[in-house]
Amino acid sequence: MSDIKKIKDEYLKKLDIDQNIESINQIKTELFGKNGIVSNEFKKLGSVSQEERKKFASDLNFIKEELQNKITSKIEEIETKEINLKLENEKVDVTLPERDFKQGKIHPVSQVIDEISSIFSEIGFSVEEGPDVENEYNNFTALNTPDNHPARDMHDTFYLDEKKELLLRTHTSPVQVRTMLKGKPPFKIIAPGRTYRSDSDQTHAPMFHQVEGLHIDKDINMGHLKGCLNYFIKEFFEVDKLKMRFRPSHFPFTEPSAEVDIGYEIKDGKIIIGEGDKWLEILGCGMVHPNVLKNVNVDPSKFQGYAFGIGIDRLGMLKYGINDLRAFFETDYRWLSHFGFDPLDVPSSYRGLSR
Amino acid sequence: MKFTIDWLKQHLDTNLNDKEIINNLTNVGLEVESFENAPSELDDFIVAKIINAQQHPNADRLRVCDVDIGNSETVKVVCGAPNAKKGLFTVYAGPGAIIPKNQMKLSISKIRGVTSYGMLCSEAELKLSDDSEGITELSEKYKEKIGKKYFDTKTPKVVDLSITPNRPDCLGVRGIARDLAAAGVGSLKKIKDSKLNQNFDQDLKVTIKKEKKQGCTIFGSCLIKGVSNKESPQWLKDKIVSLGQKPISAIVDITNYVMIDLNRPLHSYDADKVSKEIIVRNSKKGETFEALDNKKYSLDDNMCVISDQSGVLGLGGIIGGTRSGTELGTKNILLESAYFLPRSIRKTSKVLNIDTDAKFRFERGIDPKSIEAGLIKAADLIKEVCGGEVSKFDIQRLEEEKTNKVKFEISLFEKITGFKIEKKEIIKIISNLGFKIIENKENLDLEIPSWRPDIMQPIDIVEEIVRIKGYEHIQTLIPEKSRLKPTLNRQQKLFHFLQRSVASKGFYETVTWSFTDSKINNLFREKYNEIKIVNPISSDLNVLRNSIFPNLIFYLKKNIDRGFKDLSFFEIGPVFSGTKPGEQLTVIGALQAGKYFRLNWQETERNVDVFDAKRDTIQTIVEAGFSKNKLIIKDQAPSYYHPGKSGSVFLSTEEDKPIAFFGEIHPNIVKKLDIKTDALIGFEIYLDFFKETKKKLKDQKSQFEYSDYQKSERDFAFVIDKKIKAQDLIDIIVSIDQDLIKNVRVFDVYEGENIPKDKKSIALNVTVQSSEKTLNEKDLEKINNLIISTVESKSGAKIRS
Repeated sequence: MSDIKKIKDEYLKKLDIDQNIESINQIKTELFGKNGIVSNEFKKLGSVSQEERKKFASDLNFIKEELQNKITSKIEEIETKEINLKLENEKVDVTLPERDFKQGKIHPVSQVIDEISSIFSEIGFSVEEGPDVENEYNNFTALNTPDNHPARDMHDTFYLDEKKELLLRTHTSPVQVRTMLKGKPPFKIIAPGRTYRSDSDQTHAPMFHQVEGLHIDKDINMGHLKGCLNYFIKEFFEVDKLKMRFRPSHFPFTEPSAEVDIGYEIKDGKIIIGEGDKWLEILGCGMVHPNVLKNVNVDPSKFQGYAFGIGIDRLGMLKYGINDLRAFFETDYRWLSHFGFDPLDVPSSYRGLSR
Repeated sequence: MKFTIDWLKQHLDTNLNDKEIINNLTNVGLEVESFENAPSELDDFIVAKIINAQQHPNADRLRVCDVDIGNSETVKVVCGAPNAKKGLFTVYAGPGAIIPKNQMKLSISKIRGVTSYGMLCSEAELKLSDDSEGITELSEKYKEKIGKKYFDTKTPKVVDLSITPNRPDCLGVRGIARDLAAAGVGSLKKIKDSKLNQNFDQDLKVTIKKEKKQGCTIFGSCLIKGVSNKESPQWLKDKIVSLGQKPISAIVDITNYVMIDLNRPLHSYDADKVSKEIIVRNSKKGETFEALDNKKYSLDDNMCVISDQSGVLGLGGIIGGTRSGTELGTKNILLESAYFLPRSIRKTSKVLNIDTDAKFRFERGIDPKSIEAGLIKAADLIKEVCGGEVSKFDIQRLEEEKTNKVKFEISLFEKITGFKIEKKEIIKIISNLGFKIIENKENLDLEIPSWRPDIMQPIDIVEEIVRIKGYEHIQTLIPEKSRLKPTLNRQQKLFHFLQRSVASKGFYETVTWSFTDSKINNLFREKYNEIKIVNPISSDLNVLRNSIFPNLIFYLKKNIDRGFKDLSFFEIGPVFSGTKPGEQLTVIGALQAGKYFRLNWQETERNVDVFDAKRDTIQTIVEAGFSKNKLIIKDQAPSYYHPGKSGSVFLSTEEDKPIAFFGEIHPNIVKKLDIKTDALIGFEIYLDFFKETKKKLKDQKSQFEYSDYQKSERDFAFVIDKKIKAQDLIDIIVSIDQDLIKNVRVFDVYEGENIPKDKKSIALNVTVQSSEKTLNEKDLEKINNLIISTVESKSGAKIRS
């Protein structure tokens, strides 16, 4: 027995020194192989006297365990070392550039349309659309703007035929007409879309975007109109306090009509919307004219309500500090990259309109 | 509409200051565009410095001066003054300036062969003194003022209102005063009684011909005999100048003044040039006359003309003619105050393309009862300034003008505006606006003032009351959240989803015009007819786009020309298939140019190709919720794609319209448009051709089925006829057992050595999995053999050993 203890100490020492996985496996075989030293000791167990056997067995098991543990931990140690060495060798320069990635962009007009839709969705409006090519009736006549009315001069119209019956819509208001003609009141819609006027300079583009709003029910009055727009503008510009002014104006299709101004100031060359002492005109609105309601088969003695029209591009310019309207439509890669929005940045009420 | 506050106060008694008046104008709906000092003729005279003076090459007494006129601008001026020498500070007037002394208007002129831009002025020319010996000499102190105005002019402040088309009455100062008075700004002054002495009859015969479409219904006139027309007195000149107009002569200025004052256009004829009588009649096609704008007009049938026995004198209510124009030597005038129908005025002026102050007013509707008031005011002033004797008024009318009436239910006001005001106040407001009122218990019978053609029905009365009362009285009601239907319908949701889906693949969204250049459009037009715009803003934006690509490719090229190489753009918007409303489709169009990778430390570079376009197309459709397995790909695409490198995508059956095209853009187009790029690919997705699925996406997901049994993969390589498409092979394999065959992946395509010329080798990896059991060797062997035999028999392929 003393021999085996000696051998154990010898092997433990050996294992301590040894750093090679093969020779450790060799030792493992020498000790625990079929004819291994420890295995042979176990074979002796039968020849040991009854009295000594228990102790012998217990000692032998103890030695076996000690050696086995040593071997296992040694292997682990060496393997860890080897892996670490391998990983060390695999080290790369992570400051080298990553693989190219492409980031897309959403155009500011689309983003603003989504913001507007999100705001009006919160107060129960749904989105309607209409065609870009309209007939003269829907664009003008049905909207109480008969031929030979000077108000038509205010719209420089693109025509598609010499008779001037087909045109590119000059505003989104014909969607009102289409919506009311195909349905029955109440109506509560917004209609964003492209609109066209044949003038073009620094502040006018031949194509621009408007959103129309229409709310018709039994008792919708100017107080509802004011409340709706006050809510919208505050939400859109994401300001707590907003100065808003309703000013009498005239549109053939609404009566009474109003233009809405909001307060602003200029700070460091930038427009700040909210409480400044200057006024900025941002939209036109009013109570839908009884003549319009009659034209779309809605009885003005039973139903009434408001309509409004807002320039989308202009709202975007004000909110995001864009100076040049024409740049919206010029597809300059640099401009789109600068003013565009990440596609994942979907405006919503719970995540907020803008980040 | 421009006027000064002083002028306003001739009609309005008020204690309010300018700022309060301006605010009140806005509050009653008269939008103030600006409130600024009127321009002055003296603004054109600028402090300048002669920086060089040389002898004129062709004239001993002239010098050619280089003059610093500020803002780093130097001009050449030829000057005869002996004191014009280098370093002198003086006063410069540029082309267009009017010299105070002689009212001469300067222009660029050649003086003895040298071009002179303007003039250096003497004190006499500036009316500062009698010194005309040399040009004005200024002290060194003016060094800082070079380029600035020399005269410190104090012009009155001018209000500029933007008057909406419904308010012709406010195209006169008196109408504005009336509105302000109604709003409580002050009180409207009474018009002074005339002291005109009219002792003789107007003996020039006036006839309004009774014709169909006669555009004139009333023609009032008087003769003023023995006038001496002259320059207007200063007060009148100032008024005319404050409007931004040039004074002409007293008589012309007075008629203009009355027009602005009372919104009553007038016209004065030199009575001696009128041949015997005035006839108001319809024109005949081909009649011509020379108008006061010095243009000759050729008339159509049925335009309202004022004529005499020898022909047309002028277009009634639009513009007078030179033949009977009032001049400084005019002795006897005929003063006209008439009523022309808006529709007639508008039609004529549109056809002839004439815009005048009178036309602007008549087409909006002039007060038909202001005929005499206009004659009185103008005749009074002409007599005062030019002398002469005024005849009795001659008023010809075709019909008596009617008084319009409306019944107004008082409750309508609150119903529309949401707030209540006392009946007493309502009556006060509308009576101040000039309505005559008969009061009943629940309603009012109203007689509409003759100057308000815009008022026709009760809603118009509501507007009058609320605008005068003030919009600030309208409550701000908190919006209700009630909803009638979902915000977006299925198609709109698809729009928004696809838009962001494409953008998320690295494309920049753009918005381009709905119209385009027909030349580019023709490259993409396919079967559609060209849709011309009758009045395009420019010849290269002359048609509606038949495709989403023309503008996109145009701007892509612009960016490439700016030096960008790898570009990805898309637009979602309308393309037009016809001229009728609704003949349009909503399309996503995307273009990608250049390389997918540029040479970098990891990847070898490669151009973008048809399979990049296909991936973006398919991924977008799949992300939108459509099953990839059901998509059908065909190798047909519109002609603007590369015929061998493009395809179309069908949603489930080929009988539907394709929902998408993808491919490389045809090399001919790239060449024709001179697009300098390595490669150009594109795809289109047609939103209108997505059929609405029966189930919403949320319902499609209700059943969750999966298999936990072991999968098995096996590779096959088939040698197959070149004409057979990979998709056909995949379809054959999948159709063998759709329950077992879960996936088929092409991992190699090979043509060349060891393969016959007309054949290719396609290697596929097939995944097999049962949802009932783990497949054993025998099962697998069976399905593998079935795959080989089926492919071989159906496609003529041979398994590669």
